[in-house]
Amino acid sequence: MGNDSSNDTNNDMNNGINNDPGNGVDRRGFLRLAGLGGVIFASGLSGWAAAADSMGVAGAEDFFFVQLSDSHWGFEGDVNPDAKGTLQKAVATVNSLEQVPDFIVFTGDLTHTTDDPRERRQRLAQFRDIVAALKVKTVYYMPGEHDAALDNGKAYQEFFGKTHYTFDHKGVHFIVLDNVSDPAARIGDEQLAWLAADLKQQPADARIVVFTHRPLFDLYPQWDWATRDGAKAVELLMPYSNVTVFYGHIHQENHHMTGHIAHHSAKSLIFPLPAPGSQPKRTPLAWDAAHPYQGLGVRTVKPEPRPRNTEYTLNELAVGAAKS
Amino acid sequence: MSVNTNDKKVDAKRRLLLAGCAAGGLGVMAIAVAQPKDRVIKVTAKRFDFSPSVIPLKRGVPVTLELTSLDIPMGFNAPDFGVRADMLPGKVTKLRFIPDKTGEFTFYCDIFCGSGHESMSGSLVVT
Repeated sequence: MGNDSSNDTNNDMNNGINNDPGNGVDRRGFLRLAGLGGVIFASGLSGWAAAADSMGVAGAEDFFFVQLSDSHWGFEGDVNPDAKGTLQKAVATVNSLEQVPDFIVFTGDLTHTTDDPRERRQRLAQFRDIVAALKVKTVYYMPGEHDAALDNGKAYQEFFGKTHYTFDHKGVHFIVLDNVSDPAARIGDEQLAWLAADLKQQPADARIVVFTHRPLFDLYPQWDWATRDGAKAVELLMPYSNVTVFYGHIHQENHHMTGHIAHHSAKSLIFPLPAPGSQPKRTPLAWDAAHPYQGLGVRTVKPEPRPRNTEYTLNELAVGAAKS
Repeated sequence: MSVNTNDKKVDAKRRLLLAGCAAGGLGVMAIAVAQPKDRVIKVTAKRFDFSPSVIPLKRGVPVTLELTSLDIPMGFNAPDFGVRADMLPGKVTKLRFIPDKTGEFTFYCDIFCGSGHESMSGSLVVT
């Protein structure tokens, strides 16, 4: 397991980032992003380059979005002495981007779990109010198990609506999958049927991006880093040649291939977790006062090992480097 | 655990008999019959602990876990052996498997059960 996963970073950027200011993309600007989550160019997703080739450069409308994950609002503990301020720093960081993302996506665990339904709603409301300060108003949400597993997503839906849905943006078909509202970490047959029906409407070379919270593959089941029926979703996606999955849950970067499908996890905004299986227990990594926010939201460029070498994710710096 | 003790006594008698058979030239039969008998271990779950949390097992000896929850639905998952089962209140779920390797292996609750869920795990110690 995991021999094609990697937590390694790779700064090789020979992957076709468009530096043409006229195209609205400035590589240096993105590399200077101080902050959280990941910044992803559509041109770095599977299939984009092929589409650009076929459409001509002028026909390929480049864009990027920001992925944030695992803010765990409501968490308290020594592993993040700034638990009440980190999410706000993330918002400030996104707002300070020189280039404006087309949209923002939160890949779950917006709040930290609580056994008290009333407190759960308070945390969801507080989270909603904090992220309302985002200048970019197109924000896509999905729950994590901390938000949704104890009430099958009831409270979450009161605040953020559906837990699985699709949207299309500039030639990319985005699919949000819910693998957390079932406390047993199942997507479930009903949602899988919905996914199959949606995919049937897509051509085999459609550019497809999946957002979900848990890994769809067995990253490290010993730590609950899996989706019980995730393999069924991957099987449905497999006939499509250009699929990329972005997820959260594991509080660190991880890059994994299931066949031709790339899976990229995002860092957390509350505390980092250890590499899969690197220690006996899945306990958070300690806060390092000398390096505050270390491990939170830092991502780097990861070119994908594809023949065209046109896939990459472009990642940001530490939370503490953010100007707010 | 008295069941286990009785099982051991029965096993001991059976082995003596089988040893006798083997000495009488029925070795093949003895090998066929002398398969180790299942161990039966009761495991309970409650928010957010398993009891026992450390389960000693023998490699090659079949074990049947009798799983139940004392409060809300839980799950028992031992991915190293590819087994899982629900642990439900008021119901005993039997989970049988044969540990095929030695070492210490994690089992965990795979049904999100609350604020202490993520630390709800235990160890199978196979010797």
